[in-house]
Parts: sequence; C-alpha cells; structure tokens
Amino acid sequence: MHHIANPNNKVTVTIDGIPVTVPEGTLIMDAAKKVGIIIPVLCYHPDLAVRATCRVCLIEIKGQKKLKTACSTEVWAGAEIITNSKVVRDTRKTVLELILASHPQDCLQCVRSGNCELQQLARTFGIDKPVFEPMDNKLPLQDENTSIVRDPNKCIKCGRCVAVCQEVQEVGAINTANRSNHYEISTAYSQKLDDTSCVFCGQCIAVCPVGALYEKDNTDKVWSALDDQELHVVVQVAPAVRVALGEEFGMPRGSIDTGKMVTALRRLGFDRIFDTSFAADVTIMEEGSELIERLQHQGVLPLITSCSPGWVNFVEKFYPEVLPNVSSCKSPQQIFGALAKTYYAQKTGISPDKIFVVSVMPCTAKKHESSREEMNSSGYQDVDVVLTTRELARMIKQIGIDFVALEPGEFDDPMGMSTGAAVIFGTSGGVMEAALRTVYELVTGEGLQQLDFEMVRGHAGIKEAEIDLAGTKIKVAIVNGLKNARILMEKIKAGQCDYTFIEIMGCPGGCIGGGGQPITTATGVKGERMAGLYQIDRGSDIRQSHKNPAVIRIYEEFLNKPLSHKSHKLLHTRYFPRKK
Amino acid sequence: MSKIVQFVSQNCGKITPDSVEDYIENGGFEGLKKAFTLKPTEIIAEVKTAKLLGRGGAAYPAGAKWEQLLEIPEFPKYIVCNADEGEPGTFKDKLLLSQDPLRVIEGMTIAGYVFNSNDGYIYIRGEYAAVQKSFQKAIDHAVQQGYLGTHILGTDFSFRIHIKTGAGAYVCGENSALLNSIEGKAGRPRIKPPHLAEVGLFSKPTLVNNVESFAAIPIITQLGGEKYLSYGTSDSGGTKLICLSGHAAKRGVYEVPFGVTLRDIIYDPEIGGGIRDGKKLKFFHLGGQSGPCGIPEQLDTPYCYKKLRAAGLAVGSGAVVIMDESICVIDYLKSVTEFFIHESCGKCTPCREGNQQLYNILCKFADGHAVHEDFKIMKRLVDAMTNASFCGLGQSAAVALSTCLTYFKDEFEAHINKKCPAGYCFQERESGK
Repeated sequence: MHHIANPNNKVTVTIDGIPVTVPEGTLIMDAAKKVGIIIPVLCYHPDLAVRATCRVCLIEIKGQKKLKTACSTEVWAGAEIITNSKVVRDTRKTVLELILASHPQDCLQCVRSGNCELQQLARTFGIDKPVFEPMDNKLPLQDENTSIVRDPNKCIKCGRCVAVCQEVQEVGAINTANRSNHYEISTAYSQKLDDTSCVFCGQCIAVCPVGALYEKDNTDKVWSALDDQELHVVVQVAPAVRVALGEEFGMPRGSIDTGKMVTALRRLGFDRIFDTSFAADVTIMEEGSELIERLQHQGVLPLITSCSPGWVNFVEKFYPEVLPNVSSCKSPQQIFGALAKTYYAQKTGISPDKIFVVSVMPCTAKKHESSREEMNSSGYQDVDVVLTTRELARMIKQIGIDFVALEPGEFDDPMGMSTGAAVIFGTSGGVMEAALRTVYELVTGEGLQQLDFEMVRGHAGIKEAEIDLAGTKIKVAIVNGLKNARILMEKIKAGQCDYTFIEIMGCPGGCIGGGGQPITTATGVKGERMAGLYQIDRGSDIRQSHKNPAVIRIYEEFLNKPLSHKSHKLLHTRYFPRKK
Repeated sequence: MSKIVQFVSQNCGKITPDSVEDYIENGGFEGLKKAFTLKPTEIIAEVKTAKLLGRGGAAYPAGAKWEQLLEIPEFPKYIVCNADEGEPGTFKDKLLLSQDPLRVIEGMTIAGYVFNSNDGYIYIRGEYAAVQKSFQKAIDHAVQQGYLGTHILGTDFSFRIHIKTGAGAYVCGENSALLNSIEGKAGRPRIKPPHLAEVGLFSKPTLVNNVESFAAIPIITQLGGEKYLSYGTSDSGGTKLICLSGHAAKRGVYEVPFGVTLRDIIYDPEIGGGIRDGKKLKFFHLGGQSGPCGIPEQLDTPYCYKKLRAAGLAVGSGAVVIMDESICVIDYLKSVTEFFIHESCGKCTPCREGNQQLYNILCKFADGHAVHEDFKIMKRLVDAMTNASFCGLGQSAAVALSTCLTYFKDEFEAHINKKCPAGYCFQERESGK
C-alpha cells in the first residue's frame, strides 16, 4: 500500500544504473535531475498540481509492466528506474508525434516560435517528418475581448491553463469540456470570456506551453501612432517591466534594465518616455489620504487597494458587496493617463486629442482596464493602448536593436521622476510598504527611522503586520493571487476581519508575476524579479512618495491637494457589480 | 452433465425481484445473518479462500482489496458498487440488478458491516433507467423489512444505499472516474496512487466492487469460501456470468463454472448452441471491446483466468461476442475503434489521439489505400497506447487490434491488394457502410 511520504526518511534508487539517495516522496523527475538527467515534460509546470496527462515524461521501472510518468510517480526504496531504454525512447517519441499530428505546423507564424515547449521537444527528439496523418481542425480564434486570444487549434490539452484558473486563481472561467477528439478547453457553454468569470489576469497565458493563449497584440496600433506625425506619443512603463524585459533578450533573470529600456523606447520613436512609478507616487498620496480620511471619519474599513485590474475585475464579479471597501483611487496606469491628457497637455500646450498614451505593463488585465468606459474623466480616454512586456520586446526586436548593448537612458520630465517606494509597487507588499512610508509620516508628523518594512515582503500568499501609528495600532494584510483574495473576502463578509488596510494583487507574487511578463517555466524567477525591484528601491535617493519633487510640484501647480476636487474628478473612479 | 450452473444467478427469473419475502424464501439474507456472527477478518478470510477475482473485468483479487481497506484506520469508509456495465456485449450485471437486486444489496451490506461503513453507493449506468427504478424499490423494501437502513436486524449496524447514475460515459466504469462522477465532477480517471482504498469517494477510504462480485458475497459468507471455490478451478474461484452475443445461436446470459472450455460455451446446446444459420465461426471477442479476440484453434482452452491469459485471451467482463465467417476483421476493428474514439475521456494523449490515428489507418485498409509501412505505424500506436495511456481504457483500447494483427495478418495483407476475404469491403453499396 501507498503511504504518506515522510521526507525525513531517505530512500536510495538507481536511475540508469546511477545510485541516488533522495527524501521519500521525491518525484522521479526530480530524482533524475539530481543525477543530471532531464526528463522531458509538457503538461507538468512547477507552479501547478501534477496532472500527468500529456504522457511525455515516461520512464521504465524494472519489474513494472507499464511505463510510468516521472512527473507523478514518487521514488521507492530500491526502485531501478530506466530513462533511456528503447521502449521509453520510442514511446515518448510516439506520444510527441501524436501531439504534433493534431497541432498546426505553422511555427513560422506563431507568436511562441522560439519560446515554445512543444517546438523545443520536437527538436530534442529529432522529429523531422510527420508520421501520423495531420488532423486538420480549423476552429475559429476566440478573441472577442480586449486582453486574451485563445487559439483552440494550437491547444495541446495539457490543462495547465485550467489548473491555474481553477486552483491558483479560483476564478474558474475555463474548464475541460467534451470527450476524446472533441476534448477541449472551454468556457461554460463556449461563452465569450467577457461573459464569464474571467478577470483577464492572463495567468493562463503565462503557463501555456505553446501558442494557444496569448495577449491581444496591440503593437500595430502603436506603430501606427508612432508613424503618425500629428500625434505626440508618450509612453509609460510599469515598475515590474524593468526587471523582466531583459529575459526576452537573454539577460539574467531579475537583472535591472531600466536604462536600456528607456533608450530602446526612445529608439522606437516615442516622443516622451515616462514612468508609471511617477503615477504610483501620486497613487500613494491619494490612497494614503483616503485611508487617513476613512480612519478619521469612520469610513468603510478595511480599505483595499485598487491598483491591480485583475483584482478589481474579480471583486466586481465575485464580491460586489465588498466594493465600498475598495479604494476609489484609479490605478497608477490610469492616473498617469488622466494626468498626461490634462496636466502634461496644459504644461506643454499640446492638445490632449493629439496626445497618444501608450502603457507598457506586465499585465493583460491592464488592456481591459484602459478600455473601461469610465476611464476618460478628462474627456479623453486616459490610456490609448496597452502593451505587455512581451509586446514591447517584440517591437524592440523588430527594429533590430541589440538590447543588451544599449547605453542607459533617463526618463523624461515631468512625469518620469519617481521614488523607490513607487518602484516596489511591482511586487506583492510594495504598495503596502510605500503607503506605510508615507501614511506614517503624514499621521504622526515624525520622520520614519526605518523605511524597510520587511514583514510585508516575500512570496507568501497572505501576509499580515501590525503598525503603530502614533499610538493607534493598525493591522494590515497583503494578499497576492486571487485564491488568497477569496479567503480574505470571505472573512470580510463574515465580519471576521480586523484589518484596517489590505493590499491585493491579482497575480501570484504581484505584478512581477503578471500575465504579460516574459514566459518561463523556470522556478524562482518571481523571487529574482522581486529582488531586482528591492535593489532599485535601496539604491534610490528618495524612497517615500510624498518626498518626490515632481509629485510635490504637480500638487502645487495642478491638483492642489490629495482628494481635492480635481483629484476626485481625474484620479478617482467608481466600481460596478458585474455579471459573471 | 450440464455445463451451466445456477448459483449466483439462482433466483434470476424465478422470484419477484423486489420481494423481500420471495428472496428470504430462497435463502436470502442468510449470508447477512451469518456475517453478524463473524468478525470482519473472518469474512475477509472466506473471501480470500473463495479466490473471488473482481468480476468487472480487471480480475483484481477481492480478498486482497478488502484486506487493504480493512487496514486503513480512517473513517468514514464508503462502499461503492460499480454497476456502470458499459462494456459492449456485456449485460450480466443488468440481469442481477433487475432479477435479483436484493442479492446485490445483501452483498453491499455485508461489505458495509465488514468495514463499519454506513453508506453505500451504487452507480448504475445511465442507460439502465428502468433498472434504477426497480432497484430503488428493492432498496425501499429491504429498508421496510429491517434488512437495510438503521439498526439492521435489530443490531447497532446501520447502512444506507444510495443510487447514483451517470450520463452514459463508458469511462465511468473505471473506478476512479466513477467516483469523480458520483462526486459531481466530470467522469475522468484520477492519478493513482493514492489508491481508492486510501483516497476514494469524497477523499475517504473506499471499496469499489462490481455487481457480480457483490452478488457472490452472500453465498461466500453463508456457505464459506471453500464451497464457492470448489465450483471453479483451483485459481479461479466460483462461477462466472457470461454474456453471449453476436452470431451465437442462443444469445443471453449464462452462469458457468470456471473450467468449461470455450467450445462448451459457444457450442454446447444448453449454452451458445453453435453459430447462427449454420455458418462457420471466424473469431470470438472476449471480455468486452477492450478484450482480446480469439480464433477457432483456441476453442479447447478452459474458461478460467489463468488458462485464458496463457492463451493470450481474457475473461474480462464475461462478454463473449461471436463473429461468423461473413465478418471482415478490418470492418469489425473499425467499429471497435470507433467505440473507443467515442468513449475516450480525452485527457491523455495516447488515448485521445491514438484511437483516432488507429481508425485512420484501419480506414486506409478498408479502402484499399494501406501500405506495408502502416503495419509498423500500427505497431507503434498499439505499443504507445498500451504502455503510456493514463487509465485502463486507453491501455486496453488496442488489445483487439493487436490480437487480430497476429491472427489475421493475411486478411490485412489482402486488403493492401484491395481484396477482402470476407467479401465485405470494396463493394458498391447504396448508402452508409
């Protein structure tokens, strides 16, 4: 009988004759890694529960009749595992050929070409000609939304997207449907994503091994704007982009590429290169003031952040009764857009209808957010086009820039100056930390001795901390990933929540793990990107939003003060219960 | 001497199926009464002695399965009866469910007693709508008479039986898919381990046995394992309900002791009675669509687990499909494969894609477009599906094809040359096949 593995017990097995000792419960694929054997996988993903459905990772165990899947089978003492027998090689190859038989052979036109796990495996296995009759199913693209394109023809039915949507996000917009050769990944009754519970977080894209899921590509719109002499095209870049973009160009994970990124954007032809972090500092002024006001005037608490559009979609669809708790503050992306078409327009004398705002975001839900009807308080749509990190990388590649060799550039004034506090918005815990750095000083009137709030940092899905604000202790929580958000929402509904302020990010790890970021199955990549952001923060001269001179100036010249009439008109929004 | 017996099926057709009085008059509930005087370990010892092998098709030793579940200290435990009888050519569970449901109920109740379980589920296939109703009546009557429900026969033991039904998916006959379906999930198999004995229905320790297995339990408990074993061979205890269909002269369900030959089954006047219309036997298909095919040369093989396996055959579900000389093997295999294309759950690659590819190749043979290279490709597919599929469905979907490639290679070759020995393919037909 199988029994619950005790990792304190060690077992010794041989893999292709090489002995290896590993903790009980170790998966065969992990044990193999220890002796330098990489077992091919396709449906397996390190962040998701094992499904063992693609059947590529087969291995043989002496004495066992059937082959086993290395992704799902745990080692047992004395097992003789064989990974390179004829039957293993032949069966793996046949399985792969079967997948390829029902996969389009148009790699040249595929967004994932070069970063496709199936393509990589086909190369590894030396597959040079089709063995099986290709199954030619021409199914329509499912792209009737602002953010996510689903191509059922390319889907290899690995189930990763379903697993992330159901288990990690607990959104459940997609599931497996039908049987046999009609088996597919589908929304309920094949509805459009807009009509489902989908929040457009794009985590499905982030785990898709092939080109079956990708963002709605807006690069053509941006090229057209850049080519339009009439338009003044400004770009803002979210904090999390600068610690991930380099991955697309082979740079080490987590490397800080802010300067190269700015130069690349200038070479692409943008008229001004601005920083979403500037708007993040403004967000802290507004949201921090909102918190203080709610604290002082018995407003609805806990206050919950609203920067993450995946989270905002989630709360609108699943927990409309919690909407009064959500900060009315727009997200930094939208604040930036609203200010670009008012403050910046006024400052430069350029007519707002000639200002074209492009965002580069680690996020697919930002595309949806920018298209919301209410996001035009200046009379113009705040943000015209949103690109993901991946789309920006594609544009840079298209003009043939050697990204790695670029000289660093600087953001432009007046909306390019930001603080360390704003940059850490890109990671779970960052908004909270930035808010605390400012709110503490605004409430107590004292300077903070220690700017680092270590207890709000890290990967944990739910973190909590207690802060002393001049004698008033407040409890705060930091949540990332929508499954965890759901846990907190249930607590709030049940009245079991004594937090004052909650930061919620829709994606695991926060924006650095967003659905628009470079795609990788490497473990630890989120931690490396996080570390990059904290490094930027540590090296910043100014690390508190209210001390950003550009922010002080915009309040002096334009907004008057946080929560002013103008602020409310331009920088705050409303939420609506939405059907799912 | 008669080759058929009336043992597990002794009441079928003879009593009012849902009448507790009739059932008792014919020895019903004696097993349950005896069980209450025995310790769980004693009952399991009898099941082991009986050498009862799972009658659903996998032939897993019931005694060992029961012993494993007994060792697990977690409660509640669930008793599940697999009545999803989906194997084409198999209709013996339907006979028991409709003609002697109280025997199945008694068997499940004894299992409930052994494992101190209070809830049993019987998953009856969607197509058996009438059976679901009549079985519910039998449950109600047993409860009214104190043989089921709370305080059975005045003891502290309580046991309920709930009927669940699927929408007709063959894969739900796979035990873990069946449990998923009961739980309201899509009927697709689970990763094992953990085994169902540990993490079964609603993640609790669970026993899953077939209808015919449960129906044998009252007899084994009442008469003892030795007695049950003595009906069969030394390794295949007891009797088997077999289902004769196809070109058998006398189609139907028969109970035979293990050890009779296939010739007896097909030709004995009391059983199959030979081939219809005086035609010649071409091949027989054992154990369901997932089972192997055999040829007349194998007719003297005794019908028992060990000897059939040695001959490359299998008991499986008990289906015996007879095909006469008019049948084209390739056409037959096409319909077998079509069945698996329809029934594959779709989650694993070898089964989802493999069946479709096999079908494509069989069509090439049937249309006269096949080439010798196709034998190699079929072999690769058969091997990959058998070795690599997620569950028993995909692992066994190509068994019939595999056996036919051995026995009827000539017929495949003939099709390459656009000749169909059975005279079926390459004919002008008005419509359809």
